[in-house]
Amino acid sequence: MTAITSSAPTAPTSAARPRGVIRDFINQQPLGALSFVVILSMTIAGIFSEWVSPYDPLHIDFAAILQPPSWEHWAGTDAYGRDIFSRIIYGARTALVISLTSSFLGSTIGAILGIASAYFGGWIDDWIQRFMDILLAFPIIVLALVVVAALKTAVLFGIDINLIVAVAIPIIPRVCRVVRAAALTIRVMPYVDAARAAGYSDSRIIFRHMAPNVVAPYLIMFTAFMAQAILLEASLSFLGLGVTEPTPAWGLMLSGNAADFYREAPWMILFPGLAISLAVFAFNLFGDSLRDYLDPRFKV
Amino acid sequence: MLDQQATARTAAPRDAAAAASTATPLLAVEDLHVQFDTSRGVVHAVDGISYTVNRGEVVAIVGESGCGKSVSSLAIMGLLAKPAGKVTKGRVLFEGRDLLKLSADDMRAIRGREIAMIFQEPMTSLNPVLSVGEQIKEPLFIHLKMTEQEAQARALELLQLVGITDGARRLEQFPHQLSGGMRQRVMIAIGLACNPKLIIADEPTTALDVTIQAQILELMKDLSRRLNIALIIITHNLGVVARYADRVNVMYAAHVIENGTADDIFLRPLHPYTIGLMRSVPRLDLPRGIKLETIEGLPPDLRSPPLGCRFAPRCPYRLDACIQADTMLRDIAPGHGTACIRADEIVAGTLVQALPPAKPVATAAAKEAAAEPILKVEGMRKYFTVPLSGSGVFSSKIATVKAVDDVSFTIAPGETLGLVGESGCGKTTVGRTVLKLEEPTDGTITYTGVDITHRNAKQMRELRRGIQVIFQDPYSSLNPRMTVGQIIGEPLRVYKLVKDKKEEEERVAGLLRQVGLFDYMAERYPHQLSGGQRQRVGIARALALEPRFIVCDEPVSALDVSIQGQIINLLEDLQERLNLSYLFIAHDLAVVRHISDRVAVMYLGRIAEVADRDDLYADPKHPYTKALLDAAPIPDPRVERARAPRALKGEIPSPLNPPSGCVFHTRCPIADEHCRREIPQVRQIGPRHIVACHKA
Repeated sequence: MTAITSSAPTAPTSAARPRGVIRDFINQQPLGALSFVVILSMTIAGIFSEWVSPYDPLHIDFAAILQPPSWEHWAGTDAYGRDIFSRIIYGARTALVISLTSSFLGSTIGAILGIASAYFGGWIDDWIQRFMDILLAFPIIVLALVVVAALKTAVLFGIDINLIVAVAIPIIPRVCRVVRAAALTIRVMPYVDAARAAGYSDSRIIFRHMAPNVVAPYLIMFTAFMAQAILLEASLSFLGLGVTEPTPAWGLMLSGNAADFYREAPWMILFPGLAISLAVFAFNLFGDSLRDYLDPRFKV
Repeated sequence: MLDQQATARTAAPRDAAAAASTATPLLAVEDLHVQFDTSRGVVHAVDGISYTVNRGEVVAIVGESGCGKSVSSLAIMGLLAKPAGKVTKGRVLFEGRDLLKLSADDMRAIRGREIAMIFQEPMTSLNPVLSVGEQIKEPLFIHLKMTEQEAQARALELLQLVGITDGARRLEQFPHQLSGGMRQRVMIAIGLACNPKLIIADEPTTALDVTIQAQILELMKDLSRRLNIALIIITHNLGVVARYADRVNVMYAAHVIENGTADDIFLRPLHPYTIGLMRSVPRLDLPRGIKLETIEGLPPDLRSPPLGCRFAPRCPYRLDACIQADTMLRDIAPGHGTACIRADEIVAGTLVQALPPAKPVATAAAKEAAAEPILKVEGMRKYFTVPLSGSGVFSSKIATVKAVDDVSFTIAPGETLGLVGESGCGKTTVGRTVLKLEEPTDGTITYTGVDITHRNAKQMRELRRGIQVIFQDPYSSLNPRMTVGQIIGEPLRVYKLVKDKKEEEERVAGLLRQVGLFDYMAERYPHQLSGGQRQRVGIARALALEPRFIVCDEPVSALDVSIQGQIINLLEDLQERLNLSYLFIAHDLAVVRHISDRVAVMYLGRIAEVADRDDLYADPKHPYTKALLDAAPIPDPRVERARAPRALKGEIPSPLNPPSGCVFHTRCPIADEHCRREIPQVRQIGPRHIVACHKA
């Protein structure tokens, strides 16, 4: 028992040293770090829209209709003379709020169902998984459309609740499957048997012993579905079933009269499109890097 | 170094190697250094080792995990993980050529052709998507440029050589269709394919059962003799070495600390580590002592190894001089070298005490006096249903595995019942069913007079406090996301045995001290502890609820030899102090003998024999018990040489399709028609000795 003190921590994921974790992440995943910077700036734009944006996104100025990008209007103006750059900044807020809440909702419900499904097994597992199969049978966009159409519009703090639910539901079965697979391997670990042998309750075993060990796949799915949710929200808004005018939203900016004027004013679709692509790209990249970083098999 | 080799060569081992000893050795490793660059620093995995291997000789490299024994052989083969690992110094002379200087192409021509390698895990070292035939023929095509017909003929010949009958059919099969022992035979056949001059076997039998292990070792030794192939066996198992090795190199912390013939090492060890290692394993051939001697502490961190003798921090005989000591091997007798500076005192017998004569230990009979057994299992069965392959959506064919079939036993308070058997015999399922982690299919389980067979989780809750478990693998039995303190404290909180945080911390500290750890370790995470420390945490967790009965499921088999002894002693200590009862499940007969009062032997889901420890080991009645005892290696070359060749042939049948009648009749040397027809009932043949055999 003499050499004990010399054993240094070996797992780099050790939560005790947050600064070391960030440095490790940047060293190992430079692209991931870059995507994180994009996400961070998007978040800042979303939170501080009032201060960051040069114009009021709702201000209609008929003197400046369909202006090309210039020093006054970096991304030009739309058919009502509203500043597109400002609308993109405010759109980041809409996109983030909806994708964050719906992705969190969908991933969390999916994860809980996945762990429960793996832990209990038997008929509970069968029923949950068959139901997930039914949800998976619908293409994402179709499922979301059905949910939006079926739910009544409800707005809370200026957010469309039905839109969040519509985006969250298609996420549930996808996360559920991945988390179930991870939980199945943890289900047979001796420490879960040890917990059962000690007579702990099922909920304690699920939340205290299994859930922390599926955090890695959960986080990865969560960030990856942030991107999906942004895309889905944009698609729904584009189809007129999501965010409604005049609220600034990226998908919405691509639809409506943007379609009528895109020949004369391509910037009307170019910049919101870029914003969507960049955000989706950043979240996907970040999710990938996070997966590689958290997976010990990728370590030397 | 050089004159040491010279003496090693002149001091020839007696047998086959003697003829070759005057020539240059087949392989000479000289002052080999290997290091790994990791993100946590440079690990000096091999630090200046030298040894030689003569033609046709069996050389063993023995050591605990992390001592560098596998790394040195990978370095010989040029198979170090790149770019982290590299040879920084030294030479590897194979027939006079330095392997380390060869080009990649030249080295490829030697690998598989001149030097073959056999790995530990037969399950994963064969490619699952290629047939056995394709894998055996591959080196023949590559190295010997054989045609398909030639290769086929050679492959059949090789399978015959490694004792696989029905070769033509086997060549068509895929690895998953073969048993573990069969796969290891195939690995050996691949190794032999091109008639190599040297085979390096890295823990070739560690993953195998004891009766299969005996078969494989016998085969390798025999092949080495017949084909004059030199063999390097890398192992942690001293018993394996005693029977099969001509010469032995003992490694510790990246150094070879002792070398010599098998007789030298086992009968006249000259290094305190070798001596300690041999005394810390329970042995079948010696009277059972009260306590195992152990080597305290842990091997050093190879990123910053101690100066001088690396064993000094753990050595009971260290002097101040040891820290400056030269760690070179010195020859004490011809061909017998040690790195210990006090070797002369060891030779003179003034340093190390001889083992005190074993004192008799209170036998089970005394403990049995207590009236009511703490655990009583009667007619327990556990069947699993598995879907058969080939069953689809429309037809669900289901097979029944009789994992446990009609098992009965009792355990008295304060008693240890050892449960031994090979893998797949159902011993772990017995443990899990007793713990109610599995529901029994039939039979009754009575704990302190209460029938718990059909109790649900809620009704079990109060009784759970009295029944605890210690698992085999200390790496996966602790939740990696919880600190040691949380792991041990959790049961206290759940059962509300502590009032507040402070009391919990005190109890956790107390439990940590009880299992030989320190208070401050409560804040560590499991991955920050060594294997032995983790197993202690697992024991502390089991003790937290103050149980009366603990199921120990292979609690030491994942640990290094020197750590095993520490854990066994701890378990015995705790039993004595807390009057615990153990169900001790293990495959190692020597360990079971050491710790148990009574022993039950299982084979294919059935009890073969139950008896008091000394009766069972001295006078086994069941032919399977005899075979197990016969196959268990003993770390004494004299005893091993005197033993008859192993009798038990064949493989363990599949529990999906167990043999009719006595399940052991397919391998039993004395089975007859009666055994094939009728299942033998468990019979009482002595006051405390029961056996399930028609012939006993």
